[in-house]
Amino acid sequence: MELLFERSHSGRSLENIPATTVSEYQLPEQFARRTPLDLPSLAEVDISRHYTELSHHVHGVNCGFYPLGSCTMKYNPKIGEEIAALPNFTQIHPLQPAQTTKGCLEVLGLAQQYLCEITGMDAMSFQPAAGAHGEFTGLLLIKAYHHSRGDGAKRTKVIVPDSAHGTNPASATMNGYTTVNVPSNAEGGVDLDALRAAVGPDTAALMLTNPNTLGIFDKNILEITKIVHDAGGLVYYDGANLNAVMGLVRPGDMGFDVIHLNIHKTFGTPHGGGGPGSGPCGCKAFLAPFLPKDQIKENAEGYCLTQPAQSIGRVRSFYGNFLVVVKALTYILMLGAKGIPEAAQGSVLNANYMKTKLSEVYDVPYDGFCMHEFVLSLEKLKHETGVSALDVAKALMDNGIHPPTMYFPLIVHEALMIEPTETESKETLDRAIQVFMDIYHAATADAESLHQAPRHTTVRRLDETRAARNPVLKYTPDKD
Amino acid sequence: MTNPSDYKYVRSHEWLCYVDDDRVRVGITDFAQQAMGDLVFVNLPIVGDMTTAGEPLCDVESVKSVEDIFAPVSGEVTAINEELMDHPELINAAPYDAWIAEISHITDTEELLDAAAYEAVCAEEE
Amino acid sequence: MASYIPMNEDERREMMDTIGISSLDEMYVNIPADMRVKKLNLPEGRSELETRRLMEKISAKNKRFSTIFRGAGAYWHYIPAIVGAVVNKEEFVTAYTPYQAEISQGVLQAIIVFQTMIANLTGMDVTNASVYDGASAAAEATNMCRDRKRNKALVSGAANPMVIDTIKTYCFGNDSEVELIPLKDGQTDINALAEMLDETVSCVYLQQPNYYGIIEDAEALAQAAHAAGAKLIMGVNPIAAALLKSAGECGADIAVGEGQPLGMPLSFGGPYLGFMATTNALMRKLPGRIVGETVDVDGKRAFVLTLQAREQHIRREKASSNICSNQNLCALTASVYLAAIGTEGLQRVAQNCYAHAHYLADKLAELGFVRIHKTPFFHEFVTRPPLAADKVMDLLAKHDILGGLPLANGDILWCATEMTTKEEIDEMIRILEEVAK
Repeated sequence: MELLFERSHSGRSLENIPATTVSEYQLPEQFARRTPLDLPSLAEVDISRHYTELSHHVHGVNCGFYPLGSCTMKYNPKIGEEIAALPNFTQIHPLQPAQTTKGCLEVLGLAQQYLCEITGMDAMSFQPAAGAHGEFTGLLLIKAYHHSRGDGAKRTKVIVPDSAHGTNPASATMNGYTTVNVPSNAEGGVDLDALRAAVGPDTAALMLTNPNTLGIFDKNILEITKIVHDAGGLVYYDGANLNAVMGLVRPGDMGFDVIHLNIHKTFGTPHGGGGPGSGPCGCKAFLAPFLPKDQIKENAEGYCLTQPAQSIGRVRSFYGNFLVVVKALTYILMLGAKGIPEAAQGSVLNANYMKTKLSEVYDVPYDGFCMHEFVLSLEKLKHETGVSALDVAKALMDNGIHPPTMYFPLIVHEALMIEPTETESKETLDRAIQVFMDIYHAATADAESLHQAPRHTTVRRLDETRAARNPVLKYTPDKD
Repeated sequence: MTNPSDYKYVRSHEWLCYVDDDRVRVGITDFAQQAMGDLVFVNLPIVGDMTTAGEPLCDVESVKSVEDIFAPVSGEVTAINEELMDHPELINAAPYDAWIAEISHITDTEELLDAAAYEAVCAEEE
Repeated sequence: MASYIPMNEDERREMMDTIGISSLDEMYVNIPADMRVKKLNLPEGRSELETRRLMEKISAKNKRFSTIFRGAGAYWHYIPAIVGAVVNKEEFVTAYTPYQAEISQGVLQAIIVFQTMIANLTGMDVTNASVYDGASAAAEATNMCRDRKRNKALVSGAANPMVIDTIKTYCFGNDSEVELIPLKDGQTDINALAEMLDETVSCVYLQQPNYYGIIEDAEALAQAAHAAGAKLIMGVNPIAAALLKSAGECGADIAVGEGQPLGMPLSFGGPYLGFMATTNALMRKLPGRIVGETVDVDGKRAFVLTLQAREQHIRREKASSNICSNQNLCALTASVYLAAIGTEGLQRVAQNCYAHAHYLADKLAELGFVRIHKTPFFHEFVTRPPLAADKVMDLLAKHDILGGLPLANGDILWCATEMTTKEEIDEMIRILEEVAK
């Protein structure tokens, strides 16, 4: 496949901008750039066909099954795209007078109201642009809270379980905290004794995903949050896995003080090949004074933006990825009080169905019902046949299935983490199960064929070492 | 590959060799480079850094992992092997030639093993 | 109520039999019963038609202006038709991050094209695949410059206030210091900077053109920063970058910016696009995703997310940033925009911005709206109005025009682009003549 730059032909252009009619104003030479710009020269048809071709080499949710664990790749309703494209949303300047942005403020206000109801929180900031950004914001609230109590200097530690997403410890570091890892118990939950030993007067917070990355709802959750609160720490909910329980049980009722949501996972908005997402940060009332600036609030005339008294400031410009919030609100309005918990139950049903069927041949390291996702361990298969989780993942690609999350969580060896989501039909699940079975049998019969997978993709396995040792991070025309 | 008998080793898989009484060169062992696979980057320490025996000195990256290199001695970094900046693969090719840092003014030392004792440690881990 | 679950009752029953349950609740055995939600206080679900009507009604409560003379961080530019057609392709919209390179070459190629274009525009060596927005890009850049000895960022007082706020918030997080550099005639005061620079300063952040539209002497500021061992971060407007000396030419160590002007609608502030570019020397300190070129087992050219050992999923608590997602679809938008507009087109957009802003300034001056700075500007500028700013705004709003941004002291920050041609400017001036003369 040619790169866009390789399709360039001098002289081609779209002529979409006229020359100015007040050309007597010219930038003085002293400010002018010396090195020329070098954008490709293309006709509109070149661009259209080029990107159409590129789109054929991308696996989207619209193309096929996408059981990528912890990423909730559910089908994205098209109505959300159309609503978010309404000119009365897209053509609104963020610094317009408040009385001319009542519709936008209502979107944020309703989204806050509904998402607080679903999560059991009291207020929510939509400024964070993604889940990790929401985590950063949530820990800032915690830091500002401890500082406001004169406790900031001594509460220096954030506790995370060993099954946590990598963002949790990284977010802690961004906030100047030291990470303390606590091990999981035999059932995959938090080891209570280890937690009791870890907490103390230096505890700022515990960060937890529940259901966790093994797909297990921690039945000791009330005890866990109590242990941390008793030590004076706060408890942070990583909302990456909310899809399993939305509308059924609320983080606020589990004892969590602050959360982030991944709108682009749980509330049906598309991932865009890696963003834009939206990672709103919600909190209990006692933390609301610390929320970022421009907090949405209901007033007599509708909604307005307010400046919280002890605000942490801002984590980005303006009010967040607004159009993504529009899509999420659309989704919530459509599903409503009944549809939200039904979606959660559907995700859990699909995951348990796949888990039951796959456990006939694959090892599932943790027993019992899973939530919206589950983890297979291919350690035994690898030991016996040499076929690794990576090989199986690559073989799935040849069958039109996006691989599950691999080698995560870190506490399971040769892990494949499968999250089917509620928007997949039984025949899709049955076909995927069949493919998994066929690959297992191929592994025992002809391991080498799996080491060679994938064969039918755009490119085959890549030399990642070469990419990292000698980084080539842009197109250079004369390099060949 | 055999571990040179005139080198010393620590349990965290670094080697050191004395350049003179108060100066050592430090690298990672063959066992360590094999476990990590193809290295893509060496995050070298800075000359003038003070090191503490048993604490991280710097780190090395493969495509999918990053590992700390622990200082086997306390002292001061007085030289670094800048060639590794552009050629991390030298560690894979010849781990006992590809020294990472030189540490001088040594005030403390980890428990040092000779080649045979270190090989016993590796055998246990395998 | 709408549902996206493609399952009928028989299929559901069959699946439950396979699992060995008679009710869905059995799977939630770990959740204490008294913790379960009794009643979810949400509205009943709606059909697609009803939802559309409701959301259209909400959107109608906004007022859409037909002409916009306001910028201050969000800019009204023309978006060629091809941009939407490409960006709305379902595969691009619905894919996840391209971790699986074998089935993601389309996205990966698009990103390396974006990286190439941003490197070219900024005159820097390398770029990442984008971050959340311009303000968070600036904050991440200050974080790149910190080390054990240098823990203070000096930020131009003429940077966008939201960017300053964002930098301050990130620095509250990582326990580093921020100080604002005073201004002289709307420009970053180089003498004041020289006095503030010492061995604890990690970086100097400046915005080009700055919040007041003024063109900074970036080269001199870069030299001053470098002389004190600090790095220079330049926040650049990507449209202005088509004409102005590039960040690389000015000696910047890092260039960041808000990519919204490159094909993204105003959208009440987001999604927008943060870009980050730097020198080869700082490449491994860049946060976020980066795409690189390599080959597959058959020797075929291929693209892949690379330098991943910098990132949180591998480095965890040792990572310097927690960022995972970029604003991929926005990066795609920017690259299609730049392809559609081309080198000459982008220069033309920038020339339009410059010329229209200067024509507007001249016309406003005739009405007594006098510029408060004498320093050169690009496509934004500040005037002191001859009457109260809110009166000006109300009058213009009646004619469907969004005037410049009233500042706290009563001055007005105006912006002109290729969208506000002589025709729109003359019309606004006619309206203002009613009250200003």
